[in-house]
Amino acid sequence: MKPDPEFQFIADTTTAKMTIRREFAARRELVWDCHTKPELLERWFAPKPLSTKTKSMEFQEGGHWHYAMVDQDDTHYWGRTDYTSITPKTHYATTDAFSDETGAPNTDMPISDWDVTFSDTSKGTMVETVIQYASPDDLQKVIDMGMKEGLTSTLETLDEVLAELTK
Amino acid sequence: MENKSPELDAVFHALGDPTRRAVVQRLVQGEASVSDLARPFDMGLPAFMKHLGVLQDAGLVVSEKHGRTRTCRIQPETLTAAERWFEEQRAFWQGRYAGLDELLRTLEQGKKDET
Repeated sequence: MKPDPEFQFIADTTTAKMTIRREFAARRELVWDCHTKPELLERWFAPKPLSTKTKSMEFQEGGHWHYAMVDQDDTHYWGRTDYTSITPKTHYATTDAFSDETGAPNTDMPISDWDVTFSDTSKGTMVETVIQYASPDDLQKVIDMGMKEGLTSTLETLDEVLAELTK
Repeated sequence: MENKSPELDAVFHALGDPTRRAVVQRLVQGEASVSDLARPFDMGLPAFMKHLGVLQDAGLVVSEKHGRTRTCRIQPETLTAAERWFEEQRAFWQGRYAGLDELLRTLEQGKKDET
């Protein structure tokens, strides 16, 4: 993977928190639009080769985004994001849940609170996303599920390193 | 794959620090003595030994004394469980943001073309 110096990813299991910071070479208004308009959000939220499908979205406090990340076998991973607070072009907060096709949150799986903050930089715009789970056990559940399902498929490099190590 | 929560917590705590991550990255390339490991860092040996202690407690690193030298090496089994998930998430967000970069470029380009 290419070095990406403007990218910071900090995971802390003791506080059940992930912090992701990334700078973009674009105006804050445009970066904000890409996060808050469904027709734009759909074009990047799921990393390749996945794609994003919006079932419904109301970007307002009390509203929600019901969406799916779709893989190449057409498997849909449904999610539901409820908007709890919005300060235009600066910040929004959500609760993020696993869901099903009807948009009902999956109550067996942990819910996370997201805080997404936008600020100006000399290069363009900084986006900071803080994802907080209720407890380390909740985060562990998500980790366990993620490892079982293998939604992401970008592990070849790491696997190669580990294969080297265990020789 | 087994994931015992307290162990994984210790691993993530250990990897949450840039000095300790650098030590792990160095040891991935092969074993090294404590003094060689400590050299690149701007800190006293006691502070460095503390970092090494955290890595050992997490089961990421083991050390052995040979005469007057203490040699460290990585424990690949421990690295697998924690690093795999950590790297997945990191790669996921990197991929996601690479897509956003592309979209932003397209949108900026579209704007320029209009004017």
